[in-house]
Amino acid sequence: MTTVHIPFLQTGTLAVGGRLLDDAERSVQSHADRPSSLTKGHRACQGCAEALAARWVMDTAVEAADGKLVVANATGCLEVFSTLYPESAWKPPWIHSLFANAAAVATGIAASLHAQGRDDVRVLAQGGDGGTVDIGLAAVSGMFERNDDVLYVCYDNQGYMNTGVQRSSATPASARTATTPAVGRSPGQAFGQGKSMVKIAMAHEIPYVASATVADLRDLEHKVRTAMSIRGARYLHVLVPCPVGWGSSSSQSIALSRAAVQSGIFPVVEARAGELTDVQRIRERADVEEYLRPQARFAHLFKPGGEDALARWRALADANIRRYDLLGERS
Amino acid sequence: MRQVRVHGRGGQGVVTAAEMLARAGFLAGHEAQAIPSFGSERTGAPVVSYCRFADVPLRTREPVLAPDVVLVQDPTLLLSDRPFAGLAPGGLVIVNTTADATAVRAEAGAEEADATVLTVPAMQITMTHLGKPKPAAAMLAAYAAASDDITLDAVQQVFRERFPGAVGEANAAAAAEAFAYVRDELAEVAAAAGSEA
Amino acid sequence: MREVLEGSQAVARTVARCRPGVVCAYPISPQTHIVEALSVMARTGELAQCEYVNVESEFSAMSVSIGASAGGSRAYTATASQGLLYMAEAVYNAAGMGLPIVMTVANRAVGAPINIWNDHSDAMAMRDSGWLQLFAADNQEAADLHVIAFAAAEELGMPAMVCMDGFVLTHASDVVELPTAEQIDAFLPPYRPTQALDIQNPTTIGTMAGPESFTETKYLQHLRFLDATGVIASWSDRFREAFGREAGGLVARYDPDTLDRDRMAPPASSDDLVVVAMGSVIGTLQAALEPMRAAGIPVRLVGISSFRPFPGDALREAIGDSRHVMVIDRALELGSGGVLTGCVGRALAGTRSRLHSVVAGLGGRPILEASLQEAVRMALDGELGRLEFLDLKEGGVPTPAAGATEVAR
Repeated sequence: MTTVHIPFLQTGTLAVGGRLLDDAERSVQSHADRPSSLTKGHRACQGCAEALAARWVMDTAVEAADGKLVVANATGCLEVFSTLYPESAWKPPWIHSLFANAAAVATGIAASLHAQGRDDVRVLAQGGDGGTVDIGLAAVSGMFERNDDVLYVCYDNQGYMNTGVQRSSATPASARTATTPAVGRSPGQAFGQGKSMVKIAMAHEIPYVASATVADLRDLEHKVRTAMSIRGARYLHVLVPCPVGWGSSSSQSIALSRAAVQSGIFPVVEARAGELTDVQRIRERADVEEYLRPQARFAHLFKPGGEDALARWRALADANIRRYDLLGERS
Repeated sequence: MRQVRVHGRGGQGVVTAAEMLARAGFLAGHEAQAIPSFGSERTGAPVVSYCRFADVPLRTREPVLAPDVVLVQDPTLLLSDRPFAGLAPGGLVIVNTTADATAVRAEAGAEEADATVLTVPAMQITMTHLGKPKPAAAMLAAYAAASDDITLDAVQQVFRERFPGAVGEANAAAAAEAFAYVRDELAEVAAAAGSEA
Repeated sequence: MREVLEGSQAVARTVARCRPGVVCAYPISPQTHIVEALSVMARTGELAQCEYVNVESEFSAMSVSIGASAGGSRAYTATASQGLLYMAEAVYNAAGMGLPIVMTVANRAVGAPINIWNDHSDAMAMRDSGWLQLFAADNQEAADLHVIAFAAAEELGMPAMVCMDGFVLTHASDVVELPTAEQIDAFLPPYRPTQALDIQNPTTIGTMAGPESFTETKYLQHLRFLDATGVIASWSDRFREAFGREAGGLVARYDPDTLDRDRMAPPASSDDLVVVAMGSVIGTLQAALEPMRAAGIPVRLVGISSFRPFPGDALREAIGDSRHVMVIDRALELGSGGVLTGCVGRALAGTRSRLHSVVAGLGGRPILEASLQEAVRMALDGELGRLEFLDLKEGGVPTPAAGATEVAR
């Protein structure tokens, strides 16, 4: 099968709508009978990119699994805003157990289904960056290492937003959080800390690893579909701006995601068995300021004394551009 | 009730010896219980295990404090591990050694102990047949030769069941040789006693 | 068939015959022999249609069990000590979600200081987790209890721990008669989950409950726990009828003279000192008390078979008219006394009973018949205090001689 890449550019004159395509090529969301796995009535904040991403991820996965999808969810915003008893916004069978164990619970479900001869039913686990990169990392790593048949999706909003915006190990350098205040000689999260979950996942050499953002939902959808076409442990890392935690306007979540990609701050990649197989090129290079300035958590970068930090951000973007050849200079 | 204590070193199959002894005792029609000493000892460290036989179900879980029989799988423990400690009057002590009973008593500081002391070169016998320093089968066969508690057949059977194939057969062969050795030893003791009388 | 088996083997084989769909564990002494045996059976096919999952921690072991149980499988795991505490959060979670997981706890002390040997500190730390906690007196009962545990847990929609003394039972070989696969198939109903992640009937499991519903959730869990005493008793009765031997139940009564387990044994009388105990020390007590009874000493033995739910009514009935109770405690509530004594005391509130807590066998210290007999004598002579430590060495922590073993204790 040949793949035709159709650019869906969502700003300016290049934007096109799904309705211009054949029905089969349209997004899951453009169909009237879309699964609506995360349905209306939940309690997510205005502008929550996690809710948007989860809906697209889940609907795509449900469709790819022919409706046979079971979901394990870590504690976090996604769980809290969707399931306050006696209400639930989830249509698929869904379980929340604990903060740190979504990957292991998913392993248990997959083992159970396999033992019952129900390999047609697929398993998806999801959590935020805290439940994935920090407290849940051991369980995620264990699930990867055993190559359990689970798609794990991390919605990375770069901090403990559910508990009031504290620092996680996915919080970017210099970001102000409730536990990395913007005071002192190096305000915000320290430079040189944090970890790349995508690289950690790749190091496990699992069948499929990808990153995505809500700025390119068709790309997100494509990656979920690709992941669902593969068996074994798969990992998808989605950047999801959080207006509350980032101090950004609720109307800016898509734009910030785009700026993160176009500035080189958030590489959108695909990897198979530990090898990088695809990198989304920067289309129109943006300066890091375009990403940083709309976020109050970085406000101190734009005050006197913030120049050094801003320079380090540019260096980070440059390093990513070099490492992943985001400008296509090497090819 | 008969109580047995096994002394040896980690890696010599001390715990296996007690378990095999319990199995052999069960085959001989007894109720049986084996208790390892639950150490975190590594290879080479002194290890003790226990076994009990009775004709009624065994209830107690306390370690054997007053053994009727003591099996010493490693003669280097005679001094340090006090194998004669708590021995019931008239008890039986079987030591894996090439030395004789007098030397064993001297090494253990048990010259005056009210005990029957037998020695058997179980390690040499085992190395010949099995090629590994795990003398449990030979030691249990020596015990079978010296007492009615268990039989050689039972010892050979439990090792064959536990280690099917060549290892089981090698253990059974070691058991047979150790059994014969101790029977000869006992005959010599009896003959000596007869000539003295 | 009667045979000599190590306790861990007896448990593993019985668990396998209960046909779990998922077995998941992380190794910890003294649980290891159980899960090793099950992993072998999973590879050889003796444990059919079962997924054996090796995980990276006890926390994940319980989490995988949660997923497996919610996924519609009979789920089993085993742990001990630090492992039980490491999975504690998930232990509570499984109970709150009503998932009938069965877990063997090879009871072991909790550090620091690190200690791999037997006492009941681990299980006692989970006493309020919402799990059934059934204690085995010997290896026969340890094996049998797993059959009862699966049956009761699945009827109740509640997880169950089978507690067996680490090393003392798990590593000891005894004569046992295991339930056969055919017997268990006839006895244990097939696993039919009360709630499952079913694509035909999608449910949301594990929602958040706010202040307006949390109290009621816990109250209902409490009522279900009260039901559990009847369910455990009923499955234990059915087990006795099916297998012809006693196992489980709420409390174990013992014949005054033979000290054999006997549910028809009369309650204790007003002259009797009643010794209440749990786990393998019951065997040592049977051995220790029989000659005392023969010598006319008025002492009776009552075993706690179900620690959770705690069988207050059944205990009071067994204690009868006695108002003098000595509890052998295998776990210490620091600054207070034995944990079991606290539960016995609550059950005997208002009866004006004299209660002694005898803390014994912490961290694997062998419990000797002679020491138990002495404690009984002292209690009857009015010389035993409310809280005693059996065989406590005065003068602080003893320094062992080089090469000291149990022989040279």
